[in-house]
Amino acid sequence: MKFLDALLGRSRPAPPKLDALFGVTGAAITLEAAAGTRPTGQAAVCFHPASGQGFAAASEELKELLDLAVAEAGSTLKVTDDRYGYRWVVLADPEMEDLVTSVHLVNSTLEQHGFGPQLLCSVFAFATADGGRRFHLVYLYKRGTFYPFAPLGGERRDNELELQVKATLGGDLPVEPELARWFALWGLPLD
Amino acid sequence: MARTRFQADAGLSSRMLLTMFLLGLLYVVFVAVLVALLGRQWLPLVLLIAGGFLFFQYFFSDRIALASMRGREVSPEQAPELHQMVDRLCALANMPKPKVAIADSDLPNAFATGRNQQHAVVCVTTGILRRLSAPELEAVLSHELSHVAHRDVAVMTIASFLGILAGFVVRSSIYAGAYGGGGWGRSNDRDNNAGAVILLVVLASAVVYALSFLLTRLLSRYRELSADRTGAILIGRPSLLASALVKITGDMSRIPTRDLRAAEPLNAFFFAPALAPGFSFSSLFATHPPLERRLEQLARLEAQLGRPA
Repeated sequence: MKFLDALLGRSRPAPPKLDALFGVTGAAITLEAAAGTRPTGQAAVCFHPASGQGFAAASEELKELLDLAVAEAGSTLKVTDDRYGYRWVVLADPEMEDLVTSVHLVNSTLEQHGFGPQLLCSVFAFATADGGRRFHLVYLYKRGTFYPFAPLGGERRDNELELQVKATLGGDLPVEPELARWFALWGLPLD
Repeated sequence: MARTRFQADAGLSSRMLLTMFLLGLLYVVFVAVLVALLGRQWLPLVLLIAGGFLFFQYFFSDRIALASMRGREVSPEQAPELHQMVDRLCALANMPKPKVAIADSDLPNAFATGRNQQHAVVCVTTGILRRLSAPELEAVLSHELSHVAHRDVAVMTIASFLGILAGFVVRSSIYAGAYGGGGWGRSNDRDNNAGAVILLVVLASAVVYALSFLLTRLLSRYRELSADRTGAILIGRPSLLASALVKITGDMSRIPTRDLRAAEPLNAFFFAPALAPGFSFSSLFATHPPLERRLEQLARLEAQLGRPA
């Protein structure tokens, strides 16, 4: 089927896989037990805004839903656009479970409006035990896999920390096997 | 649950399928004619030599195209923003990342090449980097990535095989006819008969060549439309691609003719064809659909986005 689609030039947009997202809660516990790293209570959803009234309506509904959810759970939320034109919904909540639920709410709302293919990634922020080093767990929607991203200053990555995290998480989460797909997210709007 | 807002374009797919079917049919008929006229003993050689060309073109398409455009591969450190854009589009489209290259040319254009996703290269010219805004460049890149996803280089190389084969037969038949003939005919000493056979082969090949030329061009135009469509859907903003198209084609007609000619052999893989102004090809021979047709398709997609869920 995939071959035929390519031959006829009608490849379809890749639908997002949302289920593996809930694995983050368990992974956070594993990371804390094995390596002493803790979630910083911040997470973000990144997507590519589409044009037209359809997307505007979806954004409006998303905002209302999120405001409600945020008010209930006592978390905070902000929306920013980065320099590549992608939109980030940044959520903060000390409870990991609430955070994951909020992230899932953003995803499912977009998907219900037919904008699932616009989802790029979700990011959960973590810090090492001494608090000195930060890294992010990035969820790729189209692959249904996670990978660690540990930025250093000057657009360099802490590969050692990333591979360490990968080794720790191996059993708990589907970690992206192709290292070439661990793409960098410089200047992502998380602390 | 609505998975995507865009409707499939069954018309485009079926027109493309019909074109490919006609090309295949033409191929079968041509081989049958060659067998009938030449006998079996020469056919393997002809197919082997033409196949050699095809093989070369297929396996080295990325290097040939890059070299003739003087494109050089750039690392993420050399062009961080370009790489970041490609990274994200690949993550959105769920495809492996192609190599990224930049060609030093003021001609605003971009092309994708390589036989499959693992060997793909996406190349942009410095001219396009300078002229387009970042979102427009992203739209152009998503068009090129769609070419990679659709394996357009492989499809078009195989589609053009028939043309190569027919052209090769014409040339070698004329050569054989001029130097003593007989070599192609069923080996006997009736020279008149052999001459007639060669003439028939040349005629048949010329007709096949012309027909396959038209069909491959038609196929190329359909594949451009497909790439426009898929690219626009990927970023969800069809009008961005439209504005990039307008900007590029508007700019290109102002570039001096000499530069344009230098880039012409690569047209089939370009984002917008680089034809000199006034050099009027009939639309039948064009590798790319007319701008109006492309803009119209993008406007239709934009309208689908505007509809309430």
